[in-house]
Amino acid sequence: MISDQLAEILGNKIIAYLITAAIPLFLFLVPYALYAVYAERKVSAFMQDRIGPNRVGPKGLLQTIADILKLIQKEDIIPKSADKPIFVMAPYVVFMGTFAAFAAIPFSSVFIGSNINLGVFYIMAVSSFSVIGILMAGWAGNNKYSLYGAMRSVAQIVSYEVPALLAIVSAVMVIGTLNLNEISEMQTARFWNWWIFGGPLQGIQKFLLIVPMLVAFVIFFVASLAEVNRTPFDIPEAESELVAGFHTEYTGMKFAIFFLAEYGNMFVVSAISTAIFFGGWQSPFGYLGNSFSIPLLVPIEQVFWFLFKSLSLVLVQMWLRWTLPRLRVDQLMAVCWKYLTPYAFVNLVLIGIISLI
Amino acid sequence: MAELKTDHLVLNMGPQHPSTHGVLRLEVVLDGEVVIDVIPHIGYLHRCFEKHCEAMTYPMVIPYTDRMDYLASMYMNFGYVEAVEKLMNIEIPERVKYIRVIMGELQRIASHLVAIGTFGIDIGAFTPFLYCFRDRERILDLFEMTCGARLLYNYMWIGGLSHDLPPMFIPELKSFLKDFRKNIKELNDLLSYNKIFIERTANIGILPADTAINYGCTGPVLRGSGVNWDLRKNDPYSIYDRFDFEVCVGKGEIGTVGDCWNRYMVRVREMEQSCLIIEQAIEQLPEGDVTSAIPKRVKPPVGEIYFRVESPKGELGYHIISDGTVNPFRVKVRAPSFVNLQILPVISKGYLVADIIANLGSLDIVLGEIDR
Repeated sequence: MISDQLAEILGNKIIAYLITAAIPLFLFLVPYALYAVYAERKVSAFMQDRIGPNRVGPKGLLQTIADILKLIQKEDIIPKSADKPIFVMAPYVVFMGTFAAFAAIPFSSVFIGSNINLGVFYIMAVSSFSVIGILMAGWAGNNKYSLYGAMRSVAQIVSYEVPALLAIVSAVMVIGTLNLNEISEMQTARFWNWWIFGGPLQGIQKFLLIVPMLVAFVIFFVASLAEVNRTPFDIPEAESELVAGFHTEYTGMKFAIFFLAEYGNMFVVSAISTAIFFGGWQSPFGYLGNSFSIPLLVPIEQVFWFLFKSLSLVLVQMWLRWTLPRLRVDQLMAVCWKYLTPYAFVNLVLIGIISLI
Repeated sequence: MAELKTDHLVLNMGPQHPSTHGVLRLEVVLDGEVVIDVIPHIGYLHRCFEKHCEAMTYPMVIPYTDRMDYLASMYMNFGYVEAVEKLMNIEIPERVKYIRVIMGELQRIASHLVAIGTFGIDIGAFTPFLYCFRDRERILDLFEMTCGARLLYNYMWIGGLSHDLPPMFIPELKSFLKDFRKNIKELNDLLSYNKIFIERTANIGILPADTAINYGCTGPVLRGSGVNWDLRKNDPYSIYDRFDFEVCVGKGEIGTVGDCWNRYMVRVREMEQSCLIIEQAIEQLPEGDVTSAIPKRVKPPVGEIYFRVESPKGELGYHIISDGTVNPFRVKVRAPSFVNLQILPVISKGYLVADIIANLGSLDIVLGEIDR
């Protein structure tokens, strides 16, 4: 663990942990968000027979940086009738919920911000913290559209926690730990040891687990799409109805922070799916570092594989966004309570029975 | 504890709102998410078209007609020039008639593409919009090739056309029609039969046939309710009686007859029928001079005329009164969007906020025509 080695060098555990937890923020989150926005625009352009950004820098690579610079320069408008302290605080609460989740994401076997035993639980808990920020933003703006957006958002996120957690719980029942690093470690060697293919179990049990695990993954993925407000569940910010939903009144950097949080959230849910169902940082075919006996290469490869898998799932989310129309608010609730939650329960029982065999 | 009072929420949508299709303002009375009432406010785009015409000579009115339904300018020209020609009893060359029909039907496809694309956006699907615009772009290229303009053409003149077809027009048109047939299939796969799209549009905003007739709805809105009424068939003007095509009505194979999905599907099917008409017109297209019948001085005799055509949005009527001078005494337009918009409160009550947007999108209004 990098954090332990740092603690030895610095002689102070708390500072070492703080530094390791901050590394993903500066080294990963900001560049990721910048290029995820760029990628989203390029992906949508590709799907829609357009060119996409191509003016700023080679192939438009600096477009988002230019956009951020523009947003920083913008006037920071706080509406007269807004509830000022709450209005100012809201974007940071939303962002905090997202970024706090990054602390427990295992990027490789030696790098995890905070290797806690309740990793899965912790991430699910802090990432739903952003609901409070969204409600604050919607209420403080003193705008009817914002309020509608916030109300919808809270109803949606709170409802979809249920199937998402049930899907995770059913997977965790067989896995037997909540520590994301240990979960990743289990799914070692080859890709058929990933939990989505029944994990490292043997015989009939592994075979029986494949379908329920697949179902658990799909339920989790659909529910997490709703939790991060992406199409087809982007009802809180449904442009054609609610202008921009809960962040209608925000400008400049505050708006950018909501944006950053959205993309951060997309990565967090993809990272959880990767760690639990797709082998985390494990390579699907073994490591080049091992075969050429360069042990230092292994953690770098692990980071590569983890990012590769998570970003592929982010790409799937983008792909869905540019293909599907949006559900209506009552249909959204119907999907959650009439389909996902009952299926998640059935799946939970099924996996429970299989794990007893 | 003091008793809590509950009240309806009045939400003001527009005139600046992403999906009011122009500068329409909707005053929406809501009980939670349920719509109690919708009151459309219009007039933000009023440009005194009708009064203006009284100070213009007849040919000078044509550019103004362009600006009414700016998504179907060709058809606006079409209705006006045919009306004046009938008032003056001008016999126009055969070639002109055919080119007008080709242009008119191309414009119908272009207008429906915008309607379908923006309807997709209203439902939350952005990609079909750009696919529709890709095809519309090729139609605009064809128009540009012919008359130099891409939006406001001033192409059809009284007694003729401003330009003849350029040599590359027919081959380009043929290749467009070939590709477009495939693209309609693609559109159906991506949007029309998409599960979420059907969930959002089927059984929403049901407009019964008798209500539609009572309110005077025309065009795809009326046909979506299952009424077989198309002026191209029922009161043929120009040379539409020479072509073989079907009138598309809402059949209700998905949802109910008269709902948003059926109104949408009528437009998709009409585009196919327009392709058929264009193909027949290309085959029969005669040679000739398109400017030979243009009168030097447009001075209709004293009299009046009401002339109606089936524009992409519905029945477009021009009521022109002539007092024998070079200026029309009065030009009154029956704009289909204006009449169709009235139905919005009727079909939106009791549905959810998101359904107002779907209903509005399925009516396919253009504010330029409503406010004139």
